[in-house]
Amino acid sequence: MTVARKRRISHAALLGHAAILVFGLVAPFVFPNYTFQIAMLWIMILFALTWDIMGGQMGYNSLGNILFFGAGMYISAVVQIGLVYDVAAYTSAFGGVKVDFTTAQYFTGIALGIVAAAIFCTLIAVIFGSMVFGLRGPYFAIGTLGVALAAGELVGGWDYVGGGGGISMPVYPGEPESRSLFFYSLCFVSAITTFGFLKWLYSGRFQTTINAIRDDEEKAEAMGIRTTRYKVVAWSIAAFFLGISGAIFGNMAGFIEPLEVAFPTVTFGIFMVVMSLLGGKGTLWGPVLGATLFHVIKEVTWTYLLGWQWVALGAIIIVNVVFFQQGILGWAQDKWPEFFGIVVDDKLSAKGAAAREAAE
Amino acid sequence: MSFMKPICAAAAMAASLSLGLAAPASAKVEGDTIILGSAISLTGKYSTNGIHAQNGYELAVKQINDAGGVMVGGKSYKFKVVYYDDESTPARGAQLAERLIKQDGVKFLLGPYSSGLTKAIAPVTEKYKIPMIEAEGASRSLFTQGYKYLFAVLSTSEQYLASAIALAAEVAEKNGKKASDVRIAMAFENDPFSLDVRAGVVDDAAKFGMQIVIDDKLPRDLSDMSATLTKVKALKPDLLVISGHSKGAATAARQLKEMRIDTPMVAMTHCEAAQVTAKFEGASEGLLCPTQWAETLSYKDGYFGTAAEYDALFKKTFEGYKSVPYQSAQASAAVLVWKDALERADSFDIGKVRDAIAATEMDTFYGKIKFSPQGNNVAKPMVLRQIQGGKYNVVAPSKWASHEAVHPRNPKY
Amino acid sequence: MWDNISLLGIAPLLNVQLLLDGILIGAIFALAAYGLALVWGVTNVKNLAQGDFVIMGGYIAYVFSTLGFHPILALPVAAVLMFGFGWLVYRLIIAHVIGRDLFTSLLATFGLALVIQQVLNLIFGPDVQTAESGFDILFLFGGQVTLAEIKLVSLILAGTLAALIVIFMKTSRMGQAIRATAQNARAAKIMGIDTDQVYAFTFALNAAICGAAGVLISMIWVIQPFFGISYSIRSFVIVTAAGLGNLPGVIIAGLGLGAAEQFSGFVLGAEFQQATVVGLLVLVLIFRQLQMRRHRKVVA
Repeated sequence: MTVARKRRISHAALLGHAAILVFGLVAPFVFPNYTFQIAMLWIMILFALTWDIMGGQMGYNSLGNILFFGAGMYISAVVQIGLVYDVAAYTSAFGGVKVDFTTAQYFTGIALGIVAAAIFCTLIAVIFGSMVFGLRGPYFAIGTLGVALAAGELVGGWDYVGGGGGISMPVYPGEPESRSLFFYSLCFVSAITTFGFLKWLYSGRFQTTINAIRDDEEKAEAMGIRTTRYKVVAWSIAAFFLGISGAIFGNMAGFIEPLEVAFPTVTFGIFMVVMSLLGGKGTLWGPVLGATLFHVIKEVTWTYLLGWQWVALGAIIIVNVVFFQQGILGWAQDKWPEFFGIVVDDKLSAKGAAAREAAE
Repeated sequence: MSFMKPICAAAAMAASLSLGLAAPASAKVEGDTIILGSAISLTGKYSTNGIHAQNGYELAVKQINDAGGVMVGGKSYKFKVVYYDDESTPARGAQLAERLIKQDGVKFLLGPYSSGLTKAIAPVTEKYKIPMIEAEGASRSLFTQGYKYLFAVLSTSEQYLASAIALAAEVAEKNGKKASDVRIAMAFENDPFSLDVRAGVVDDAAKFGMQIVIDDKLPRDLSDMSATLTKVKALKPDLLVISGHSKGAATAARQLKEMRIDTPMVAMTHCEAAQVTAKFEGASEGLLCPTQWAETLSYKDGYFGTAAEYDALFKKTFEGYKSVPYQSAQASAAVLVWKDALERADSFDIGKVRDAIAATEMDTFYGKIKFSPQGNNVAKPMVLRQIQGGKYNVVAPSKWASHEAVHPRNPKY
Repeated sequence: MWDNISLLGIAPLLNVQLLLDGILIGAIFALAAYGLALVWGVTNVKNLAQGDFVIMGGYIAYVFSTLGFHPILALPVAAVLMFGFGWLVYRLIIAHVIGRDLFTSLLATFGLALVIQQVLNLIFGPDVQTAESGFDILFLFGGQVTLAEIKLVSLILAGTLAALIVIFMKTSRMGQAIRATAQNARAAKIMGIDTDQVYAFTFALNAAICGAAGVLISMIWVIQPFFGISYSIRSFVIVTAAGLGNLPGVIIAGLGLGAAEQFSGFVLGAEFQQATVVGLLVLVLIFRQLQMRRHRKVVA
């Protein structure tokens, strides 16, 4: 790779970063009416990024990452309420008692809630990780799906956290404008932090190792890589950030319940997979791109395709998975490899193309 | 790579459409039109009832507009409702309420369908101080939060089965037993609405000192309740109460028959929506079904006339309705309250309009409407109907009862 | 919970009731699971739309009953229609998925499931529907145990269907070709078997089996556009527990799952009935994993 080309890449990346940062900072002021949608966009980006750690980089396709989103939401709720009130009494009244949280209580609660969500979700990932990581391929996907579905059902049967009746979250003590700005900032910061952390993580040995697990787990093991440890760490990272996003989302939504808000396995749980695939899994920017595109398409079509939006979504998933699985970035890398710093050896690539054809 | 083309095209379309979205949004009052907004379930699991509610809104809007519209400040305005589909999900509902208020500038809202959605939207309307008159969110927890901008025309959910409990106590005393001897079996779906109904039943049972022998929560994707009914068979309670939207009612009616449950008194919600009389003729005989409204009641107003006249007009306007669901009737009533309140406020000032709504005291075809300081309608009772000879007859409370309750029930299995 | 267990001890006939209810419905689960095992074994496609095929069959029966026919007559019609639908789905989607990695088939069929649910919802609305068989109810043990005749009828029909499939697999050319392809697709291809045709037929056959199961379900329980996922999960539980190509295992696991659901619903409360199914799935997978781990140790 020539020096000039390298510089061009870093310029492009730098521009990309700057553009996103500037957009994130000014968006709520330039488009004040769309603050909620843009906040959701950051959450979607976080979803896709965290799914890709396992699904894209490590080749372990989880269908149950939503587990941590919901767990984070409930952990945070219990911490926030538990600080000032008896949780069981609060939830059993289904919002029948009104608890006034002072400003200080509210913000302490939310801060502690987010921290607790992150910590406990990481713990859950470690515990469940050791249970499910022996599963390979489809069994892993089905197993994680099962864990997430079971979590929703069990929380629904657990009266302490309100069961199927859900929990009304503490009410934000300020004005609506400051409320939406506050939650916007939380969403933005958590997504950017996730991105930054993963960028750092992917620049080192860790990425090479988990890629090795993806490419050939047996060989990676044979080379002395402690695969299970890496798998657990990768899942814990995803759980950490997803727990945070769950805690934020629960407060942003104001009302949480197990099946549709906390553990929406067949919506958010699948969206994260589709977004990563759409943008190009196994890359840093792919999930970001995929999430953005998906969210914009969804928001726009939802308004114009009344009644058919879910049919369209299913069709998008099928087309995406069956005919366009390399995703946008994957496709772009195939088309302009030199832009991504991939050295193209004509002989090798000819062989690769032939092999690909044969595989199809 | 020809398959990229449609995707590029879609992306381009998406971009152009999203620019289109940013165009100036409609305001609360445009020319001679008052814009009402509603996020309502047009798709998803609540869509049947969501559409019933939408039809109710539309019928009332049409009726009011045809009768000269709304007079505010000496000028006549027409109503128009902007709808968004919340897909029956709370998170989406809250998002759409923001969109209606912030992007579309709507200042007067009509409610969504279901308590869950209303719970999600109420904090939003409260924050922006936008009044919402809702007709489909019955959960009593909506009215304990001190909301100032939320008004509901319907009776709250804890009243749904209260008259069934009272009836059970009455019957026990008539038969020489004590009310506290009554044993109750409960099967409630595990969702916010049904759990609210359950809380009302638990409170009322405690009041009479009745004993609850079964307390099962049915899963949401419920298609079988035979395990619960097996328990009912073994424990022989005096009263069985079931609530689980229309799927709960349909499942229960079928399995009551299959298992020949001979509990003398069975009360369940959503009989009408599940069409139990048509589908389980004979087996549904004697079921007690609470309702917010019935076309046989003697309510009337100046817009629709009597309840029966509303019923006739609704059936004429919308095809395919054999009977008018109360969800539509109460939705129409909510629009009537908007007209009444706007005319009394004689202004579009939010504060004045809100106070006018709070001071509402009117008779409608749907019943009397008067709001408590918490925002729920305290003037209209729930009525309990029993299926007698395939017809719904009002049996309680006694003020509205047209028939005597049959006890024990006499199903033909 | 302990009250309920002691109740079972005091009134042992309750066990009979629960067992009967569970086993009879379990037979239908087993039917759908057998279809899944068939497709999984032959094409290596894991069909997450399995339950939605079942629900489609249920709606065919529902349409039949609204047209004034007896819903049981819908059984052959649903099988034929779903066979055609399965063939179409194979040509449009599954053919492009075969041979790809395992996750692709899961996600693609998930997308398919979404489309089916939503189209059913657009056509029939989200309310539950039933098809009435009009059959009588049997009283056993002096009326203490009730049994809807339709459940017995569907047990017989499910059994007959399973027997027909087994005979078909053993004796017909296509059946032999399917089994050959399942054993070794490459070898089968070399021997002149049109494997693509075999895959298409297998997938279509599975859809037909599911359709038939759905007809039975609609007469026993209730159907709704979004209930498919629970049948998919049940099929996966049964197949992972029984293993592929193990028909007796699938039948036993199916009946067992049906009974387990009833007993857990009785003992733990109905709110844990669904949780039991997914809980069993996770347990079965963990058990499989332990087995695999032991296996790996032996190799090492």
